[in-house]
Amino acid sequence: MIVRSMSALIERDLRLAIRHGGESLMPLIFLFSVIILIPLGVGPGPNLLAAIAPGMIWVAALLASLLALENLFRPDLDDGTLEQWWIGDCPAGALVVARLFSHWLITAVPVIVFAPLAAQMLYLPAEALGVLVLSLLLGTPILSLVGGLAAALTLGTNRGSVLLSILVFPLIVPVLIFATGAVSAAADGLSARAHLGLLGALLILAITLVPLATSAALRLNIE
Amino acid sequence: MSRMLETHQATYARSGEPVFEPVDLALDAGQALIVLGPNGCGKTTLLRMLAGILRPWQGKIIRHCQPAFLGHLPAFKGDLSCRENLAFQRRFHGGAGLDESRALARVGLAGLGLRPARTLSAGQKRRLGLAGLLVAPGSLWLLDEPYASLDDSGSELVDHLLTEHLAGGGAVALSAHQRKPAIAVDPVRLELKAAEMLP
Repeated sequence: MIVRSMSALIERDLRLAIRHGGESLMPLIFLFSVIILIPLGVGPGPNLLAAIAPGMIWVAALLASLLALENLFRPDLDDGTLEQWWIGDCPAGALVVARLFSHWLITAVPVIVFAPLAAQMLYLPAEALGVLVLSLLLGTPILSLVGGLAAALTLGTNRGSVLLSILVFPLIVPVLIFATGAVSAAADGLSARAHLGLLGALLILAITLVPLATSAALRLNIE
Repeated sequence: MSRMLETHQATYARSGEPVFEPVDLALDAGQALIVLGPNGCGKTTLLRMLAGILRPWQGKIIRHCQPAFLGHLPAFKGDLSCRENLAFQRRFHGGAGLDESRALARVGLAGLGLRPARTLSAGQKRRLGLAGLLVAPGSLWLLDEPYASLDDSGSELVDHLLTEHLAGGGAVALSAHQRKPAIAVDPVRLELKAAEMLP
């Protein structure tokens, strides 16, 4: 019953995303405009670009995830599909997980798939590519989870995106530090396991706590 | 007769101020409840609370079956077709009701299954909402102003659906303004009183 409701929600979100088209394209366009504009701004030296590549790709992924947050719950609040989450047997926390999973699929997976190409454009050493993808796989779900909590908290405020950004930024600083640290370490030929381990720990913490907090925040906002 | 819904002194408060006087009611299978009262006395709030969307501030609500709630908002996605919207509701609520095309035909939307829901008129959107009740398994219908923006034949359709649902062992609670339901069963009337404002 719970799995069926969750899969129905994910399927509908993906169907809507395909119909709108732009939701998955936007993060990609964002990623590549950053990657193409940076060398124009700082100069095309391979050493400099390789040094800033992890940070640039991660900042692009982070901002791309942030862009879509405003629309995470608001359309559902406006058309009344959100209040249906509390009717029936399926706990709202499970539906929050489903919604955040589809948000991750739509906004983060395209970035993860094209990140190695973007990294090559910035001369990131090839041995760091695997760690880059791994850090994105571990880190972008945290962005979706933390962003989802902030989106739920700001749902009641009109034009809450400023507040949303202020709420999200301090919480995702550790993610950015450990993820870029992992990629830089791998690029220098060092082991990235410590950084990736900490990222994994953050992910587990976020998966455990965020759905409960998010469903409580949503409930406050539909009342 | 099996009990579908009970409330014991249930009331709801907005920022610490009770919205309406405590409500005691019991609804059995085959019974209809009509919530009456002036604008702003909390009819929508009561129905949303009975559905489980809002939590009671005081008192208790016991549901013995799965509810289905149809409110002012359409509760479907304008960019999906009518059929896709119904298919979603059916799966989401674990539906065992009518299939999509029969539900559409039942509410007079036959042949519009592939139209995006946003292109429907206000009355057709209400009808699609009613079709949503038919595909979902909820046996306790909570309807907020089901006659709003429906024409005469649409209002008759609501009466037909209500009569069928009650005869099939379901229960209904609804709020109605202009039109009272013309159904075979005599509905229980609940006069909702707005709570006295504290000085």
